[in-house]
Amino acid sequence: MKKILNTYLLLLLLVLPVAANAELRVFACEPEWSALAEEIGGGLVKATSATSALQDPHYVEARPSLISKVRKADLVVCSGAQLEIGWLPMLLSKANNPQVLPGKDGFLEASSFVPRLDVPDNVDRAQGDMHPQGNPHIQMNPHNISRVARAMGERMALIDPGNAAAYASGTEDFLVRWKLAIEAWEERAQGLVGKRVVCHHKSWIYLEDWLRLEEVATLEPVPGIPPTATHLSALLKELGTNGNGADVIIRAPFQSAKASEWLEERTGIPAVMLPLTVGATEQANSLFGLFDDVLNRLFEAHTGEKS
Amino acid sequence: MNIRLRHLPLACVLLFCSQVFAQGEQSAELDALREEIRSMRTEYEARIADLEARLDAAESQDAAESRDEAAYRSPETVSVASDNSFNPAIGVTFQGQAWAYDNDPEDYSIPGFPLGGEAGPAPEGLSLAETEITMSANVDDKFTAMLTVPIVIEEGEVVVELEEAWVETLSLPGGLAIRMGRFFSDIGYLNDKHFHSWDFADQPLVYQAFLGSQYIDDGLQFRWLAPTDFYLQFSGEVLRGDRYPAGGAANSGVGSTTLGVNTGGDIGFSHSWLAGFSWLRADADGRESGSEDDPLLFTGDTDLFIADFVWKWAPNGNSRQKNFKFQAEYMWRNEKGDYTLPDGTPGPWDYGQSGWYAQAIYQPFLRWRFGARIDHLSADTPGMMWEGTPLYPSDDDPARFSLMVDWSNSEFSRLRFQYNHDRASDFTDNQFGLQYIFSIGAHGAHAF
Repeated sequence: MKKILNTYLLLLLLVLPVAANAELRVFACEPEWSALAEEIGGGLVKATSATSALQDPHYVEARPSLISKVRKADLVVCSGAQLEIGWLPMLLSKANNPQVLPGKDGFLEASSFVPRLDVPDNVDRAQGDMHPQGNPHIQMNPHNISRVARAMGERMALIDPGNAAAYASGTEDFLVRWKLAIEAWEERAQGLVGKRVVCHHKSWIYLEDWLRLEEVATLEPVPGIPPTATHLSALLKELGTNGNGADVIIRAPFQSAKASEWLEERTGIPAVMLPLTVGATEQANSLFGLFDDVLNRLFEAHTGEKS
Repeated sequence: MNIRLRHLPLACVLLFCSQVFAQGEQSAELDALREEIRSMRTEYEARIADLEARLDAAESQDAAESRDEAAYRSPETVSVASDNSFNPAIGVTFQGQAWAYDNDPEDYSIPGFPLGGEAGPAPEGLSLAETEITMSANVDDKFTAMLTVPIVIEEGEVVVELEEAWVETLSLPGGLAIRMGRFFSDIGYLNDKHFHSWDFADQPLVYQAFLGSQYIDDGLQFRWLAPTDFYLQFSGEVLRGDRYPAGGAANSGVGSTTLGVNTGGDIGFSHSWLAGFSWLRADADGRESGSEDDPLLFTGDTDLFIADFVWKWAPNGNSRQKNFKFQAEYMWRNEKGDYTLPDGTPGPWDYGQSGWYAQAIYQPFLRWRFGARIDHLSADTPGMMWEGTPLYPSDDDPARFSLMVDWSNSEFSRLRFQYNHDRASDFTDNQFGLQYIFSIGAHGAHAF
């Protein structure tokens, strides 16, 4: 009897620390931030993303399952700058989790740690889907990922002080690997400097800023309003039919290929789908793979063959 | 910077020395010396290169930081703090309609289901539906507040109503939240949805018959979200009971209570569902229904049970281009008490009634949505004493069939056409409606 009791006590002792050291639950609005949380926290975190790489994070339903995930989250990480305005406030207000409300340590708005581009002086909905706090698609400049990584590592340490050292070393380890990767990408992308791009939506402004590409037009007449026949014909006139008007037409996986392919057919400018986040293509299976694949696809479109 | 300058002359001297010695005699000693100097030089060069690299890194970081600062200097941080910087989020929804009916909508009634509250068809011809003003903001770190004020036209008069005026907790532990004030009751699926977010221009018949279109009341709401992997929420409300299906603020002003449970989940990224079950217990004290001029009065208890189910589909969860939504609710109620007829005759009443609706909305491509809805009601046959009164149902169960198509230029604008084939009253009615919904200013995120 005593032996059984001892066994139970032993089991209890084995189980208890596990329960006390439960993983840090990270709820990311977009896959790039859940990927980053895993890079930094490794086995200490359990990260989930509200959206998939094939989903447009502007337009997501406030699904019941997401409410439950926010309820149990220790840290909510989102791009912010109103990207998730249509659904995140609803999740936060239904989840009854005071730890992750904006302003608390458990809420990290990634875009507040980077220099935001395209901050409008004034906003009017006649101009389309405006983001008063600037363009929210910050993840496409890897230097921004470094900035958010630092902030995220610090935040994880703040929420889970017992593992602070692990988060600090996880951050440092990631930043070293990331810095080397950035150097390699920048070296490789020299040949792309000054290339003129046509985008479906203004999702690529941070990528353009990083690689020094020139955005000459967007397929959407105004942000958030899908390409119209009138706008496309005007673009066709502007870009010409000899393929000299721009170097590449880019779109995200969740944007309809119709408009960019229509323009490609008539102008001869190659149209290419680029992953906008982790998981969008087979190659973009990590943050590192994401930028590898972006460059691969840009070069492929540029030279007509794999680099 | 200092470090680099301090080491530069030394490096130069060493370089010079190595040149001088190189011109000297070739001897073993000299070779050794040369070797030593070369290694020193390599070492120094490496250190200088390293220091230069660090300096460059520091400089570029400075530059990046100053660029960051420039970017952070957004308009909101430079503006002088003033009273209006804490203004709540304000939004206005404009809604209007035009309806054509075979029968006079003023005489609309559903035999056996005397209507209460706001139930009933919209006016014939052109009219404004409610113009809704909303304001919301956090009160402080522990409370948030919301106000919805619809402005409506009632018989030519402009009437300002109070639809929502509530304060809710933000920081209760354990997944709890308490709402206090006036709010849409949490029962059913459609009850707490604003007019502008309905998928049809009018409410299903069950809502019109059993809830006076929508049940709004004053009181307290408790919600608890269970810490489960799937969605599981319990809610309960204690309400004043001053509005249909309650009435007269019975029980010393605690006339109605509700209980509800909701659950939901996903199947992949493309499918999600929500199901709920709720119960409303309302004490009515002289509650009016039926004709506004000669109302029926009811005093007694109403028990209403609602089962609701919603299923949404969108390819990969991208609802913007293409999506499908199915929604159905079943309601059953039992009323026990006394009805008083317009002529003053009272009579005991203890009968059950039920109904359901099912609707499907399909958006095959951007901007356009198509929908169909079926409504059905049925009632126990009451005693002969009720024959010829509004409480006595027709032989045929009330039913309605609706079709709608709407076009949205953006999330903020919508134009809609709707057709109802209404067999709810004694005479079949064909109803044609046009509707517009436009929003400006802050527009809160919509619930699932």
